[in-house]
Amino acid sequence: MKNKLNILNWKPDRSSFPDMGEDGKPVISLDSEKFIKVWQGPNHPGITGNMSLELTISGDEVVESKTHVGYLHRGFEKLFERRRYIQCFPTCIRMCVPEPDTNEYNLARGVEELDGIEVPEMANWLRMIVLEMARLQVLLRMVPGQAGTMGLGLGVQWGMYYRELILDRMEELTGARIYHMYILPGGVRGLLPDGFKQRLEENLVKIEGFLKDIDKLILHNAVFKKRAIGIGHIPKDWVDQYGIVGPVARAAGYQRDVRKDYPYLYYDQIDFDYNIEHDSDMFARFLVRRKDLETTLDILRQIMAKMPDKGEIRAETPNVLHWKIPKGETYVRCESSRGEYGFYMVADGSEFPRRINLRGPSYTHAIAVLEKLLVNANISDVSAIMLSLATCPPEIER
Amino acid sequence: MMIKDILSPFSAWKKVFDKPVVIKDPINDRPGADRYRGFHKNDIETCIGCGTCEDICENEAIDMIPVEGIETKDGDSGLRPSIDYGRCCWCALCVDICTTTSLTLSNAYNWVEEDPEAYRFTPGVDEKPWQNEEKGWKKPEGNYEFYSLNRVSMEHLHPEERSDSFVEMVKGYSKEQAEKEADRCVECGICTATCPAHMGIPEYIKAIRNDDLEEGLRILYDTNPLPEICGRICTHKCETVCSVGHRGDPISIRWLKRYIADQNPSEKYKQILESESLKKNGKKVAIIGSGPAGLSAAYYLALLGYECTIYEKLSQAGGMMRYGIPEYRLPYDQIDKDINYILSLGVKIVYDTTIGKDIMLEQLEKDNDAVFAGTGLHLGRSTRIDGSDHKDVYQSIEMLRKITQGEEVHVAEKIVVIGGGNVAMDITRSLARLQIQKYGKVQIITTSLETEDIMPADVEEVVESREEGATVMPGWAPQHIEIVDGKIKGLHVAQCLSLFDETGNFNPQCNLENTRFFEGDMVVESIGQGMDLSYLSEDIKEQLEMGPRGRIQVNDVFQTSLPWLFLGGDIIQGPDVIHGIANGHIAARGIDRLLSGE
Repeated sequence: MKNKLNILNWKPDRSSFPDMGEDGKPVISLDSEKFIKVWQGPNHPGITGNMSLELTISGDEVVESKTHVGYLHRGFEKLFERRRYIQCFPTCIRMCVPEPDTNEYNLARGVEELDGIEVPEMANWLRMIVLEMARLQVLLRMVPGQAGTMGLGLGVQWGMYYRELILDRMEELTGARIYHMYILPGGVRGLLPDGFKQRLEENLVKIEGFLKDIDKLILHNAVFKKRAIGIGHIPKDWVDQYGIVGPVARAAGYQRDVRKDYPYLYYDQIDFDYNIEHDSDMFARFLVRRKDLETTLDILRQIMAKMPDKGEIRAETPNVLHWKIPKGETYVRCESSRGEYGFYMVADGSEFPRRINLRGPSYTHAIAVLEKLLVNANISDVSAIMLSLATCPPEIER
Repeated sequence: MMIKDILSPFSAWKKVFDKPVVIKDPINDRPGADRYRGFHKNDIETCIGCGTCEDICENEAIDMIPVEGIETKDGDSGLRPSIDYGRCCWCALCVDICTTTSLTLSNAYNWVEEDPEAYRFTPGVDEKPWQNEEKGWKKPEGNYEFYSLNRVSMEHLHPEERSDSFVEMVKGYSKEQAEKEADRCVECGICTATCPAHMGIPEYIKAIRNDDLEEGLRILYDTNPLPEICGRICTHKCETVCSVGHRGDPISIRWLKRYIADQNPSEKYKQILESESLKKNGKKVAIIGSGPAGLSAAYYLALLGYECTIYEKLSQAGGMMRYGIPEYRLPYDQIDKDINYILSLGVKIVYDTTIGKDIMLEQLEKDNDAVFAGTGLHLGRSTRIDGSDHKDVYQSIEMLRKITQGEEVHVAEKIVVIGGGNVAMDITRSLARLQIQKYGKVQIITTSLETEDIMPADVEEVVESREEGATVMPGWAPQHIEIVDGKIKGLHVAQCLSLFDETGNFNPQCNLENTRFFEGDMVVESIGQGMDLSYLSEDIKEQLEMGPRGRIQVNDVFQTSLPWLFLGGDIIQGPDVIHGIANGHIAARGIDRLLSGE
């Protein structure tokens, strides 16, 4: 309770601005010509996806920020209620475009848990390899992307090239580059192609080289450090109060990773550690993601070494055209590149889900946390702070 | 802040000497991956238009459309999938579920056209550059199935348990088995189109899945008033064309039908089928023969309020279903269950009455508003080979009738049966049981002109005959019966080379150098049956228009050129039960149309 009060009592430094009114809102008079309103988004190049921020600024300092969504709403959760479980599978991936595989995995896992289906060992290893490859290709864009939001676009261009290499492997394995549609309820859709492991290993070696370049370009960069260190600081006690997850929580010193806290698939057989930083600013979050990249490379190598060569790829399931899932509810989760990503699923015994609700990190990060974090921030840091929180609008508007 | 942090970013300058990525690694040089989900291809020869792709598509991007040059026929809807690329999301679930694996995707990346209409196309029909591309998404190999390919096996009595008795040998499905089997259905409806009675097969299978067997019974009775019978002995043309059967076992549609009928008690039929109070319309219809056609016509006419009287030559109803099919395949109490329900609707049966002898057809016409005749094929055909006029040469159809009637039939120690159809198997297996009862062992040879692969009998009939001790010898043509001192010694046969000549007429060719002798004390002929139309007087026959192959011409509602006379069943179509039922149903509608003046 005490912690809760802390949040309510938290006030930004408003020494140079009008006081808070009696209703608890800042008294901002646009007529005073001290403030202007600026809309960032929905199609601003610095914003991650179709989301919009209503910023009130005084000079170049943000006084108030409000998140506006609704530009991307496609009603997925409602659509699921009118689709058979197998038909949800090509739909759910669109709830997170950069990393669709976590959606596939959660849907499949939820269905399997509710219907008591045992997935073959090989399929589980293949799921892991795809999930880690997905994380890798997101981080390849996101780690240099942090500098990209500050004007250093070069790293992103390099990252995009290495991401394409991973997408090539994705294409080989899953049949598509972006919307992989590989993890089906019951199993997966194909074995590793011949020579896949070798080609992936070659890519991983290249990516290690890229990491060195990134370190030189971004990590040891005076401008980046100047703009990232101490900016976008999230107080440590916010983490639990807001439900902050993933790299953002780890950058605040929290040991929080679904793969270790609630091991799924065969992550308990993989040797890896939490990547922790303590400063909880943009730079700390960059460092955590930078370490995550290395961890992912390591995990991928461990998976390739441990996985069997052959095996069943899909369990026997009822006919997918009229697959009735027994009445029940479940919450399934996995660790996406942005943190805990969960599906709360309710089945009513029919061929259609009663409700599938997504619990993604962006809802918290991009609405509750971001609105507070932007107060007193410099307008030029807005998109950098957003990216450091890994906001993903399609995941908010599902 | 160290000096390193200021200098280190300048290391990026070394990349100035690298070639740009798009020049170093241009995408145009590389085809899509082997598994890439590109654009749709369809092998329209293999495709059967089952529409399962249309069903699974969550974007409704697939429409089944008629295609020029592809005819609708049994097992092929004549439709082919047309894809709308304004909707498709390339998930390839359509490929994975395709029942024939005809639908695949190419690995082509790009397709650009000016005309937006071009993006709605029928793969395999509309020419596309990627049509013959080998690579691309195909259904994944291995144990990757969206529905089970394996049929839930039906429990039978073991050969040693059944070979000496006429107890029903198929045990029927349990609830779990039936629901599991019903789950395999993909609801394509190819079966419905093929079934002569157009039964709502996917719908009643769905009723099993929903465990709503009362709804199932209502669906059965919509098109078929003899579900217990058809659930046991139907020739199941539906299963022959079942789309699931293209890669696995077809759905056991027949046993599922039996399951619904078996699970509903006969005393609840009237309540379930809402037939407790039927209004009479005061019109009368006479029906000749209580076989499937006659019973079916009587049932649907009774529902419409007609007063129906069935005239039956024998002492029990059912026709060939009772007197032709042995009890171990179709128990008499199950026949009675179906027939008693029809009789409970007010249908009358006059037994032991032969039309043309006891009552004249002209009299029936006077007393009734219309007459329906479904008199069936009850005359045995002879091979007419030397010795076939011997007293120990029997007709299978007569023997089967006598066995049903409980009459004594002659059972020799060694028997030769001529014929390769289901009736031949029926008499073989009936006589085998009688031989066990009389002699303790089976000595029957059943020979047919057709080789095993083209034998008209069902495969399981042949297998089960062999299990019960009979010897089935396909591919031999009977030549003559050897008779010594007035007693049959056996049958001489020659290897049969072909059945039909170049013009397609039946004209068996034999290799007379390759002959065999099948020893036997009696011979049973089972090479088909003919119709007995003696109830039609010469006067009526003259007025009737005749069709091809000596059959009487009827129109689409089985009405002859005499408006009051309708014919159906084996004498018109078939021969089998389901055609009889279908004919009776359509004729009932025809009679109603005639009498209600529509």
